[in-house]
Amino acid sequence: MSEVLVAIRHVSKSYHRGNQVVPVLEDINLEIARGDFVALMGPSGSGKSTLLNLIAGIDKPDTGEIVIEGTDITRLTETELADWRATHVGFIFQFYNLMPVLTAYENVELPLMLTALSRAERRERVQIALGLVGLTDRQKHYPNELSGGQQQRVAIARAVVSDPTILICDEPTGDLDRQSAADVLAMLRRLNQDLGKTIAMVTHDPRAGEAARRMTFLDKGQLTDASPFAMH
Amino acid sequence: MFFAKLIFKNVFRARLRSGLTILGLVIAVLAFGLLQTVVRAWYAGADASSATRLITRNAISLTFVMPVYYREKIRAVPGVTGVALSNWFGGVWKDPKNFFANFAVDAPAFFPLYPEFVFKPEEYADFLRDRKGAAVGRQLAELYGFKVGDRIPLRSGIYPGEWEFTVRAIYDGRDDTTITRQMYFHYDYLNEQIKKVFPRRADQTGVFVIGIADGSQAAEVSRVIDAEFKNSLAETLTETEKAFSLGFVAMVETIVQAIRGVSYVVILIIMAVAANTMAMTARERMSEYATLKALGFKPGMVGGLIIGEAFALAMIGAGIGMLLTTPVVRAFHAATTNVFAKMPLVPETFWLQAACAVVVGLVAGLVPAVRAMRMPIVDGLRHVA
Repeated sequence: MSEVLVAIRHVSKSYHRGNQVVPVLEDINLEIARGDFVALMGPSGSGKSTLLNLIAGIDKPDTGEIVIEGTDITRLTETELADWRATHVGFIFQFYNLMPVLTAYENVELPLMLTALSRAERRERVQIALGLVGLTDRQKHYPNELSGGQQQRVAIARAVVSDPTILICDEPTGDLDRQSAADVLAMLRRLNQDLGKTIAMVTHDPRAGEAARRMTFLDKGQLTDASPFAMH
Repeated sequence: MFFAKLIFKNVFRARLRSGLTILGLVIAVLAFGLLQTVVRAWYAGADASSATRLITRNAISLTFVMPVYYREKIRAVPGVTGVALSNWFGGVWKDPKNFFANFAVDAPAFFPLYPEFVFKPEEYADFLRDRKGAAVGRQLAELYGFKVGDRIPLRSGIYPGEWEFTVRAIYDGRDDTTITRQMYFHYDYLNEQIKKVFPRRADQTGVFVIGIADGSQAAEVSRVIDAEFKNSLAETLTETEKAFSLGFVAMVETIVQAIRGVSYVVILIIMAVAANTMAMTARERMSEYATLKALGFKPGMVGGLIIGEAFALAMIGAGIGMLLTTPVVRAFHAATTNVFAKMPLVPETFWLQAACAVVVGLVAGLVPAVRAMRMPIVDGLRHVA
């Protein structure tokens, strides 16, 4: 686990609230190695979600650079970023963010619609992804016909179906009951350990944090001392 | 295909709202088509006019007459191939509400100028033979149930008394554009009666219908005819049959323009309704659009989804409205056949309906699409519908 996949250097970010400038992140430096599973933790307003959004390329810092697999994504245009996200990032959101009018199968297929894959190739990948999360038999179900845990598993399948470089998880267990949360965390660990997926996860939940290889703490927009968490 | 499916599924996601918007679109497109057809119906007479026919009337106004002997002088004008008398009779059948166009004409000269009126030869011969005979158009005959041999008593506000005619011929139109909702009878019959009662009003006519050899010479022939009667007791005004017909439309031009205006206002209203629907729809789905953008869908694709949905909504409504236009126009025409001789539903009306639907779809989807395209992903993901 030595190759640096994500390098965040001197990143600062602030928001404007009326005439007031509210700093959210201040001079953040962080590296995430390929195959790592990092939990970004901290109190509300600490800037952890903002940092995750910056890594995911859906927000831009005011200063600093974010180099992912050799590309400084802060320099990409909106269109280039869209293409980059489609190839490199898999998203898992707190509230699943599935398209309610699409079946589980179609939701998982969604990222592949941006690729040049044939219909048969897409079908094969979707089946693998759904099999990975144990929902092959629910592929024709719509999100409102699935439990919260099942919906999050569909979201995980959607996140991995295009084989992205990094998985971005924003409070993936925040809306789930205990058992479903445990299932989802187990699934993420499996993705990390068995398939080598690099995962960056924001969470409030200490149990979720413990599922990660290491925890990084943010407080008032700054990284604080965090001890690497032994997984094995 | 996938995007089309997504658009179609989204259209029917809020079924009540989409249903009501589609219903509004159906009514608007239908109303637009109907009103456009009504406007066109006003011009049906002008559209059916011939380029090789001129109408000469008294220069003062249509209510003033001209001496019949003008006919010979007009006939002598170069380019003129035929001249016929035509005199508005203004008769009603049984009841004032049974009002239709009826004219006294010198039939042997008049009908050769109107090849679009198609007679059965034997009926036409009977009509020419009978001084009290009448030739009735097919539409008129069907409207009042007139048959050959029927006696039709008419009362006229212009020529007092009851006038009786016998239907001797029922003529058809050469094609769909020909209006056959008139009745013609012999000028000589009218003139003889007038001579007995109002001798001073005899041997006069309302208009001369003039056939010319070359339509492009209409202006020159008209000028020569009017010059012939310059400084006479009854100066003339000669114009093409189309201009003459449009003169009647001009009398109600304001109403016609108002109807035309209303037809476009209806479209503007539904455009606002559809835009409101799309704005609400898009606002509720900001989080979904943000998710799509996060997954790598470009802003243009997201905008395309919204415009596509608005477009689909408009097209569904317009499609149903266009399908219903023909039966509704027919029903409307059946109810107003004593007002409108023709209610021509032309392809142009359908093209206009489709064009309006396209504009409604694009305009309705444009603002929410641009908003969704410009929306920062992070803001959209935080959005709560």
